[in-house]
Amino acid sequence: MELFRIKKDIPFMRHALVFNIISLVTFVLAVFFLATRGLNLSVEFTGGTLVEVNYEQPADLEKVRSALGNAGYTDFAVQNFGSARDVLIRIPLKLDTQEDEGAEKGIARQGEQVMAALDKDAAGASLRRVEFVGPQVGKELAENGALALLVVIVGIMVYLAFRFEWRFSVSAIIANLHDVIIILGFFAFFRWEFSLSVLAAVLAVLGYSVNESVVVFDRVRETFKKVRGMSTPQVLDHAITSTISRTVITHGSTQVMVLSMLIFGGETLYYFSLALTIGICFGIYSSVLVASPLVMWLGVSREQFVKPPKAKDPNVSEDGACV
Amino acid sequence: MNRYPLWKYITVAVALLIGFIYTLPNFFGEAPAVQVSSNRATLKVDVGTLPRVEQVLSQALVSMDGVFVEPNGIKVRLKDSETQLKAKDALEQALNPDPRNPDYVVALNLLTASPKWLTDMGALPMYLGLDLRGGVHFLLQVDMPGAVLKRLDSVGADLRTLLRDANVRHGGINRDGDRILINFRDAETLDKARAVLAKEMTDLQVVEQGAGSNLRLAATLRPEALVKLREYALKQNINTLHNRINELGVSEPVIAQQGADRIVVQLPGVQDTAKAKDILGRTATLEIRMVDDTPGALEGALAGQVPFGAELYNDRDGRPLLVKKQVVLTGERLTDAQPGFDGQTHEPAVHLTLDSAGARIFRDVTRESVGKRMAILLIEKGRGEVVTAPVIRAEIGGGRVQISGRMTTQEASDTALLLRAGSLAAPMEIVEERTVGPSLGAENIKKGFDSTLWGFVAIAVFMVIYYQIFGVISTLALAANLLFLVALLSMLQATLTLPGIAAIALTLGMAIDANVLINERIREELRNGMPPQAAISAGYDRAFDTILDSNITTLIAGLALLIFGSGPVRGFAMVHCLGILTSIFSAVVVSRSLVNLVYGRQKKLTQVSIGQVWKPENEQGK
Repeated sequence: MELFRIKKDIPFMRHALVFNIISLVTFVLAVFFLATRGLNLSVEFTGGTLVEVNYEQPADLEKVRSALGNAGYTDFAVQNFGSARDVLIRIPLKLDTQEDEGAEKGIARQGEQVMAALDKDAAGASLRRVEFVGPQVGKELAENGALALLVVIVGIMVYLAFRFEWRFSVSAIIANLHDVIIILGFFAFFRWEFSLSVLAAVLAVLGYSVNESVVVFDRVRETFKKVRGMSTPQVLDHAITSTISRTVITHGSTQVMVLSMLIFGGETLYYFSLALTIGICFGIYSSVLVASPLVMWLGVSREQFVKPPKAKDPNVSEDGACV
Repeated sequence: MNRYPLWKYITVAVALLIGFIYTLPNFFGEAPAVQVSSNRATLKVDVGTLPRVEQVLSQALVSMDGVFVEPNGIKVRLKDSETQLKAKDALEQALNPDPRNPDYVVALNLLTASPKWLTDMGALPMYLGLDLRGGVHFLLQVDMPGAVLKRLDSVGADLRTLLRDANVRHGGINRDGDRILINFRDAETLDKARAVLAKEMTDLQVVEQGAGSNLRLAATLRPEALVKLREYALKQNINTLHNRINELGVSEPVIAQQGADRIVVQLPGVQDTAKAKDILGRTATLEIRMVDDTPGALEGALAGQVPFGAELYNDRDGRPLLVKKQVVLTGERLTDAQPGFDGQTHEPAVHLTLDSAGARIFRDVTRESVGKRMAILLIEKGRGEVVTAPVIRAEIGGGRVQISGRMTTQEASDTALLLRAGSLAAPMEIVEERTVGPSLGAENIKKGFDSTLWGFVAIAVFMVIYYQIFGVISTLALAANLLFLVALLSMLQATLTLPGIAAIALTLGMAIDANVLINERIREELRNGMPPQAAISAGYDRAFDTILDSNITTLIAGLALLIFGSGPVRGFAMVHCLGILTSIFSAVVVSRSLVNLVYGRQKKLTQVSIGQVWKPENEQGK
């Protein structure tokens, strides 16, 4: 069985402009939603308390809400989590109340207070999980997350520049950052919760989909070295076409795994695998159809691989063609 | 050309064997156990305690499945959870005759059920994180600025005493932020004070300020002293937490430093967070009081007639002692307690250091009560216990107190620990909390396992259909990867969390990439008309560069997560990074050796089973 029966190189580069416009539009949309709606950050980043409880019968959210209201909480969110019997309660950090409580014994006790309130007015809840994150820790996690992203970007750029050429590294990073922004855009648009594990997924996807560009670039380099008389767009077309089956199969396999997590992994892994799914789908598209045109426009040419580059003018490519 | 020398096959076989052995313990699961450990620093649970434990259990007709003596206590493995509870009750009753004052901690625990020879090899199952086994995780922030200020206040008091003793007339000492300001009227006294400070207070760094008759010295703690202070505060808080958590009867608590001023506390299996928090936040106090040695008073008190102004306490050996209610000193005045030796007799001793106010009070009290006894009490949960009750031999000034006599070195260091551990050096605050119920933990394991299993099955089915024999080989290589990864995690005893399981699944999904690359490359070479043996060889060689490149970029992301990530993300990154390393080995070396085994010996190989190799029509004719 062979899924990809491709006779001739597919002229991807002829439509380069179209692909880049599509990317640009999605990118701008993602940035727009990020700016207007913002990310729905989890308590890990904002600080606060998260309590997950389980009821024997389907839970009455109104009752839970009124129970919390009676206990003096004002700004909280109550929602079902996974099933109708599981309830997730989020209480943001309030500095004034925090200090009042902390004054007792220097320890936050919101988890217990919530349970006490539920026992009183919405009985039958059993505690599944409590997460409390103080304001300082939340800030640090957010900072470290941003730092990790930065290190990944710089690390990958340096590695690609060292292994290939700066043109490759720049276009690979642009293509993959565009993936990251689009994932974040999705999270902003749907108000999905952005937690630490989603961040981990985003970074993992970044490292993973750079692979894609690496594989294509590897082929580009090889073709430049081996075959004479092909124009740059032809070389790129050839490289993409000859790796397309591998690209689709690999991503398909990874996606199957992620899908399995999406189905069987439960609520905890849900957003993690969702971020991976978006990342993988856009990863195929961007690393092949965004990175390659970018390389072309940055002026990659045969000379850069075959001989030590003499003419460094990026505008002069093999035949000057760039459409 | 597709043959491996024998040593390569052997390497792969040995690696697989080791992987298999170390993965094995994970399949045996865990058996219920009871753990006995000491609740006191002075009491050791070791081989000597073993006969007693065995005797108690045989009397209670509990059959043991195995006994293990470990540094942190004795663990007894049992058949089922029913006998576990029975054993716990029996041990609890026999070892702790007074339940209010337990000598031993008897806790329920789980032990690996794998055979002894595996455990002896160091092959243990993976260590499950709290989100998989249930329990409480706290991150405590030690209030270092508070500790520094407290210390500065006591330094200020020390300075007053010091300058008075040296007859230096200063114009007032006060603390301003993190500095201590000492005012002087003339330069002469300032110089004198400076000389005294340089000699006696080496921890301070002094700067002259002001002019004319308005002179002053600004003293700050030296950076080294600050570092020492912080380390001391953290160490003492960790000690205190250890002592307190022992009471909870947690089988394997984790109490560790994180960063410069944080402490992680993990209590697997603990569900009662309220109690855990109570114990962590409790303030134990240390009190020094005088012993009421009036003849006959103790006997009277034991008979039920406690004299007015006195209380009855027990010392650590259970002997009763009548102690006056009036408190001479509290633990706040105690700045340090260290084990050591008496300067003259070379007997083991405990050296206490008091702050200046404490030293003054202590001098006055000891002057008046030479020949009497004083008691050092540790009061926790409203229950007091006499740590030690030494006789006062002479007036003690200068704030340096030595307790000696009839002590072993071990006892001296235990007493010092107790005195230090009595209270927290600096207040702490919970800055992060995670509680996971046991049912959620079990569910998480099942979910993680199911996702990995079904993902793996789906990939395997596809690979076998699409690449046939090569697909089977790729699947075997992927299975080997899983084996290596689990074995490595078990060997390192790394903590496996739900994100860790997700990382295993994801790594497998990504690892198949290397085999797809190789298989596609071989097909391509075949399509270009290469003979099969050459195509296999070329496929592996050419794909290797790409595999390396792509894995390195993934590894960069993984390492960044490992360095900057915390908590759950770290677990993910750890497994992810290890998985990348094992996947390179299994996808390239293991799969190649399998291919070589299958095809390498056939000299005239005309066809390989890698699925249909489709050729464009114009080339098919040739």
